[in-house]
Amino acid sequence: MPRRTDIKKILIVGAGPIVIGQACEFDYSGTQACKALKEEGYEIVLANSNPATIMTDPEFSDHTYIEPLTPEYIEAIIAKEKPCAILPTLGGQTALNIAMKLKENGVLDKYHVRMIGANYEVIKKAEDRECFKAAIQKIGLDVPLSAFAYNIGQARQAAKDIGFPVIIRSSYTLGGTGGGFAFNADEFEKVAARGLESSMNSEILIEESIIGWKEYELEVMRDNRDNVVIVCSIENLDPMGIHTGDSITVAPAQTLTDKEYQVMRNASLAIIREIGVETGGSNIQFAVNPEDGRMVVIEMNPRVSRSSALASKATGFPIAKFAAKLAVGYSLDEIQNDITQETPASFEPSIDYCVVKVPRFTFEKFPEARDVLGVQMKSVGETMAIGRTFKEALQKGLRGLEIGHIGFDNKQNFQDISEEKVMRRLSEPNASRIFYLKYAMQKGWHIDKIAEISRIDPWFLYHLKQLLDAEQELIETAAAGNELSDEQLRQAKEYGFSDAQLGKIFNQTELHIREKRKQRGIVATYKLVDTCAAEFEAYTPYFYSTYETEDEARIQIDKIRENSATQPKKIMILGGGPNRIGQGIEFDYCCCHASFALKEMGFETIMVNSNPETVSTDYDISDRLYFEPLTYEDVMNIVDVEKPDGVIVQFGGQTPLNLARRLSEAGVPIIGTSVDNIELAENREKFAALIDQLGLAQPDNGSAFSAEDAIEIAQRVGYPVLARPSFVLGGRAMKIVYDEDSLVSFIDEAKDVSGGHPILIDKFINDAIEIDVDAIGDGEDTFVAGIMEHIENAGIHSGDSACTLPPPTISEDILNVIKKQTCQVARALNVIGLINIQFAVKGSKVFILEVNPRASRTVPFVSKSTGIPLAKIAAKIMAGDKLSQFDVSSYNIENLTHYSVKESVLPFSKFSGVDIVLGPEMKSTGEVMGIAATFGEAFARSQISANASLPQKGKIFLSVRDEDKRAIVFIAKKLIDMKFTIVSTKGTAKVLNSSGVKAEVVNRYDQGQQLLDNLMTFIQNNEIALIVNTPSGESSQSDMRSIRAAAILHNVPCITTLQGAWAAVNGMEANSKNEEIAVQSLQEYYQAKGQKPCAA
Amino acid sequence: MKKAILYLDDGTYFIGRSLSTVGESAGEVIFNTSMTGYQEILTDPSYAGQIVTMTYPLIGNYGINDEDIESDRVHVNGFVVKEFCRRHSNYRATQSLIDYLDQNNILAVEGIDTRALTRHLRVQGTIKGVVSTEDFDVDALAEKLKKVPDMEGSNWVNHVTTQEPYIWLSQKGKVSFSSEDGYALRSNNAAYKVAAIDCGIKFNILRILENLGCQVYVFPADSSFDDIMSVHPDGLFVSNGPGDPAAVTPVIQTVKAFIGTLPIFGICLGHQILGLALGGKTFKMKFGHHGANHPVKDSLNQRIGITSQNHGFCVDLKSFDPSDIELININLNDRTLEGIRHKKHPIISFQHHPEASPGPHDVQYLFHHFVTMMEQAKVSK
Repeated sequence: MPRRTDIKKILIVGAGPIVIGQACEFDYSGTQACKALKEEGYEIVLANSNPATIMTDPEFSDHTYIEPLTPEYIEAIIAKEKPCAILPTLGGQTALNIAMKLKENGVLDKYHVRMIGANYEVIKKAEDRECFKAAIQKIGLDVPLSAFAYNIGQARQAAKDIGFPVIIRSSYTLGGTGGGFAFNADEFEKVAARGLESSMNSEILIEESIIGWKEYELEVMRDNRDNVVIVCSIENLDPMGIHTGDSITVAPAQTLTDKEYQVMRNASLAIIREIGVETGGSNIQFAVNPEDGRMVVIEMNPRVSRSSALASKATGFPIAKFAAKLAVGYSLDEIQNDITQETPASFEPSIDYCVVKVPRFTFEKFPEARDVLGVQMKSVGETMAIGRTFKEALQKGLRGLEIGHIGFDNKQNFQDISEEKVMRRLSEPNASRIFYLKYAMQKGWHIDKIAEISRIDPWFLYHLKQLLDAEQELIETAAAGNELSDEQLRQAKEYGFSDAQLGKIFNQTELHIREKRKQRGIVATYKLVDTCAAEFEAYTPYFYSTYETEDEARIQIDKIRENSATQPKKIMILGGGPNRIGQGIEFDYCCCHASFALKEMGFETIMVNSNPETVSTDYDISDRLYFEPLTYEDVMNIVDVEKPDGVIVQFGGQTPLNLARRLSEAGVPIIGTSVDNIELAENREKFAALIDQLGLAQPDNGSAFSAEDAIEIAQRVGYPVLARPSFVLGGRAMKIVYDEDSLVSFIDEAKDVSGGHPILIDKFINDAIEIDVDAIGDGEDTFVAGIMEHIENAGIHSGDSACTLPPPTISEDILNVIKKQTCQVARALNVIGLINIQFAVKGSKVFILEVNPRASRTVPFVSKSTGIPLAKIAAKIMAGDKLSQFDVSSYNIENLTHYSVKESVLPFSKFSGVDIVLGPEMKSTGEVMGIAATFGEAFARSQISANASLPQKGKIFLSVRDEDKRAIVFIAKKLIDMKFTIVSTKGTAKVLNSSGVKAEVVNRYDQGQQLLDNLMTFIQNNEIALIVNTPSGESSQSDMRSIRAAAILHNVPCITTLQGAWAAVNGMEANSKNEEIAVQSLQEYYQAKGQKPCAA
Repeated sequence: MKKAILYLDDGTYFIGRSLSTVGESAGEVIFNTSMTGYQEILTDPSYAGQIVTMTYPLIGNYGINDEDIESDRVHVNGFVVKEFCRRHSNYRATQSLIDYLDQNNILAVEGIDTRALTRHLRVQGTIKGVVSTEDFDVDALAEKLKKVPDMEGSNWVNHVTTQEPYIWLSQKGKVSFSSEDGYALRSNNAAYKVAAIDCGIKFNILRILENLGCQVYVFPADSSFDDIMSVHPDGLFVSNGPGDPAAVTPVIQTVKAFIGTLPIFGICLGHQILGLALGGKTFKMKFGHHGANHPVKDSLNQRIGITSQNHGFCVDLKSFDPSDIELININLNDRTLEGIRHKKHPIISFQHHPEASPGPHDVQYLFHHFVTMMEQAKVSK
């Protein structure tokens, strides 16, 4: 059936901010959907609150709305745009839930909007656990024993009937929020209560524990003619009990016979038909008892998911793109397989390699949280590796994680770890279990014993053992003083050992190993990901490295060279690797834009990245894609084959920057700002000298190589000081230190992070306003594209701080100073490309805090806010264009008629026991943007998007430090005017009452348990609508810890700075006007300031 | 572990190692893209005379079990993979793949760049080759290959067909006609009596027919019309098998004699033999179809099934008289013929494998056509 002609305009809902459990895979799926449907001639309306996404680029849809993803705002968009259909299956759980609500509250029917992809009944059947279970049993398939409960009493009875251990899952949540295990009645009480709380409809499922069973996933697609295909099977190394997002997973399934696989395949077909997913992709999870093969169905997602992004990258089959096409009427056989260009999409990919996905955790950011894994997802990113064998892929995956491992190596000597600890780390799933498997083997534990303790299938363990044995052989060769034979070296490379690993074993440098290896002709070869195991000729240039005889990349490059008269120049873009806090989607956005821009200029672009969630690893973004770890060795191997004319390192975050020096020493042509100047900005001494030389101001500072240095510097500049290691991103281990004792302990901790680089110490400027500037330089001119004012004080990491553009409280004069200084610095560093500078403004004084001559996290925000394609312009300039070639004044940024507010989204609810106070170390996972005519309204929208809606009525708790007590009076007065009531701690209440503001008193925490009890009761009864609590020095910061934790648990917005409180008041005022929600698309905003759409 | 060579007739060679037996073995080199099902593939008689390369690089993961066999023995002439699994994991496994190959005296070569080999076969076409652990002299190997007959023109059915007729019972396996049980079974009242001409029949075809209520009498390929009619069958099945269909002249002749007398069902080689018996032509394909992911469209219900495939020859879809023959199944990858139905007689046949094993079960429903044909023939009697 050809495409539907009864629909013309389609609303696509995105997934909102990056949170744990919902990351940039939905930008990948959404972008594919927008592209595919626009290609088909549909008018696309897009709604997403996340400005860092590529899908919200104005050229990807006709009407782009950066608005809160709530039923109210989507309704406003529907009312305005009148789309014929809504496609809710490509924006994760967020989009699905919104579509469900809009159906339930009648909005979709009112405006005659059809749901395509999956309708209400289907989603209900798949998502509602009771409906799902009934459906599965109806078709004769097995599910774990289970019962539903809607209150704690029912829950207790159910647990008693089923017997411990049990799993608790809460309905309609993502990433397993609100779920958990209970091994006994005590644990059960806690987990069940939390589950009931977090479920949208107070429903939990209590289930027979199948912990330790083998876990599988199948990615299924169905079209409107009932044709069904399986795109990919995935087997988890970590068995049942660990969220699949936190598991190491492998594709295809390894330990199923054909008979067993077909049973699972048949079950998947039956399920997708019974649930009734009309068109599109679904993901179905199974558990298999390793003892007897009993198979049970775990769950199904009737939408594209993280696993479908992984499956797409693992096979080359673009699930989201095809899902979008199926949703508008095509059948699978009417869609062509892009890769073979001759066969249809109605087939099942066959792969001739092994894919390993390894999750990336950031427990180091939350030292109070334990790194134990369970059914609630905790990882913030992932890396995928492709190899010809599991061993090779696993080693590539581990070194691609960038957590200091160069493969399946040892960070510790196994002899230093007690048997008890190994036992514990094997039996209790955790972030570093894979390495403890090695320690256990080194201690001589038998595979069967390890399998019994960890419940990991012996198949995986045996491969790990092979790696260990191979390493042992290498160590023995080295110990005997022998050289590696060619055969040994080749085998080591086939097993995925990195040059760095070999260097460590042979006590030689990585470079030395690399040179000798190349001399012997043992070099990486590249194979194609082609969906068909080489059965058909493939046209899509998607490569991975391995050590084999034939190199298909070289063949393809030679062919291009032979067939084209003019040789296009090549530029290679290094991506950011796995997402982590501090380095995520913003950098992928920049890399993709670089590729788009350079292609426009006629360059051939080459993308290198290892993150399967991203748009950049979509095979049709660049001319060639290398799905490889971003290590020196892996990048240099590609350079050897491609011989690029330029390499871009400044767009992928810290990952490529960390390689820049060595790449440049190896003669790699890095384009843009020189590596020397990038490093100069990181080198405190040199940088301080430069700032002095330019006559600019900066906080007093110094670089410390020892604790003594640090103490001396701190004494010189005066406490408090901002201390941090150099060469890190996201403020890793950065801290405001108030006294010498804390400084000493900080230095102790920071050693690990800094890795030999000095520790930087700055005088901390209290109560300054922080400003972020993004600019582009071409070596001569500088264009200041965006000046953002932070809502929180300086001292909170810019990635966690809310900020607004244009800056509402900074005077014209100061802005001019900032612009002038930006140009001075850019010129001095000879910036070619992007530069980001952080300033602190105190009174009329402007200090330069930090300079980063590279893409910053705010680039996409500035672009969305102003309409300037910053990353594209920067990429073109790096490739030789000049600023004068771009009519930058046409963007008219001086006359913005709207405000944009960026707010960060924090993962605290996933890490119980962690304090939620913000500081210089970045902790947020994602961001949202509010855009509106006034600052207040923009701020209010940003808060709604960040799921911290400002209240419209109720009790507000105010407790502020002494310095803030005068200012809080004005805020409190405004709140009273808006009919809020106020509760305060004694000190704050006294100030308020004496100024005539009525405030109820709750006793201070340190006066006994009373206050905590009172306040907790308020919070638990949902009586508190907003908390404003500005903590003073470090020691008292922990005072309110449990209150803030409770606030998070009960979803009460909690503001920790005075500026934040002001912004909230502004926002609440805007809300209180109670007008109808007015929405405007980005295209309309840009037009309003007279900008022609989509320039550059 | 011994060094091994795979030498191809065009002079290309690959060096690997043998983990099983030593020696030398020649055959037609093909590749199979199934990611699972190596045990079924090894025991499928259709692979007789062939050296099979698996494109999936990790083979042996789940070992070998007692159930997943398609015949009594291993039929391939050699087995080429990237990496054999030394330690399998599956609750049904009874032994490792390497031990199994060793016991069956099959040269199992690993360490080959099987993707490069596959690309080579795709571009150059299927080719003769030899695996050896003894002789690494390429000239000598080339000489030896000259003596190996080409697949085209070779009748391989004689190598794999049963020596004597038997009755299939899943519980007991093969029951000889001459045994006490066999005698009883020949005269019982099964719903449908099916006579199968064994050109290398896969057990799963027998299992499925049995599940559908058929009593299957399996005959050697050289059985005559009268031999077969002696069991008073309700339908004739012509099985899958190895080699060039055009070379299996006796069976073509026998099948011809059945046209118009009994409902006939053919799979793979059986389909090709039927095609030839019905006046069609067959040709050798460049590298054939061997895998479990080919989309086939069934024009009778307009559905697409993902099918299991294993054939190096194909019936030319233009070679039929359209007034007699309806082309009912088409391969969506290369538009080749995958199934025919006779417009006048109850005859239906498929190039792909509705019995799967290994592969998806999407088109198992096609067996019902045969049962329906037999039912209708009974009614009209």
